[in-house]
Amino acid sequence: MRWYWIDRFIEFESGRYAKAIKNISLAEDYLHDHFPYYPIIPASLVIEGMAQTGGLLVCEHNQFREKVVLAKLPKAVFHCDAVPGDTLTYTATVDYIKEEGAMVTATSYKGHRLHAEAEIVFAHLNEPQLASLFDPDTFLRMMRLLGAFEVGHAADGSRLRPPARLMRTVEGGHNGQSPPGAAAEGTQERQP
Amino acid sequence: MPTKKEVFQKIQTALVDALGVDEEDVTPEATLVGDLGAESIDFLDIVFRLEKAFNIKIPRGELFPEDILTNSAYVHDGKVTEQGLAELRKRMPFANLDNFAKNPVVQDFGNLLTVADMCRFVEGKVEVTD
Repeated sequence: MRWYWIDRFIEFESGRYAKAIKNISLAEDYLHDHFPYYPIIPASLVIEGMAQTGGLLVCEHNQFREKVVLAKLPKAVFHCDAVPGDTLTYTATVDYIKEEGAMVTATSYKGHRLHAEAEIVFAHLNEPQLASLFDPDTFLRMMRLLGAFEVGHAADGSRLRPPARLMRTVEGGHNGQSPPGAAAEGTQERQP
Repeated sequence: MPTKKEVFQKIQTALVDALGVDEEDVTPEATLVGDLGAESIDFLDIVFRLEKAFNIKIPRGELFPEDILTNSAYVHDGKVTEQGLAELRKRMPFANLDNFAKNPVVQDFGNLLTVADMCRFVEGKVEVTD
């Protein structure tokens, strides 16, 4: 199963904010169970989408050196439902990024209508025993797949680029390994 | 320059937002872990909210010096040593460690910090009037 809950970045300003879209389609299996004949995207998956938007923003700011995981949700408010055919726009804005973790404020809009808002706290996992959990540069591949480098800007306003030490990952290889659930997509070039 | 009451109110708001507790539960005597249910990740959140509310910087380990509790030089058989207690007193002048010192089991340390301790901590960083 692919665990992507955003479809594409449309804006990405390093260390500041990122904006991504999620198109909801009846082709997605879970909608047929949530609920039968009354499909609504589950709140948990909207939160995951907002967390992916914000988590990649934090990861990029850290130059993909930290294992960034969703640790806490101090606030999550939903104002309406979102259904197949809707496009959700998630915006994550950095509140802080510290050595031990980070926090973003996120919103989900359905057109001009506020759909959901949340505060999301991320932790940086540095314990050696978790080293095999995932590689931080997995996030780099995800960023590329989601088009962040096509729309993004670095803090100085220049075009967003992957860290030089990870260019090989972006250019197709990952030390011979495949990223979880994203091998094929992660190595293809998107055409404008 | 905030008053002590305003410091308390801002800390109360920060704890309500970070921990999802009711305002009336955040009394000066309430302990963060035991009474308000704070977990380790909450301290990151609380520190951020305090920094924002009071426009201060709180370096890692300043409010909650967990590095002492994981340092084998300061912990023996699950208890903080005399040397460790001295270091805690030095690093946490805002907290009352007397009760903890009677039986300084590391696991009980998390339940030490009260809302009043946090007020004293902030009052040590910003100018406060009565």
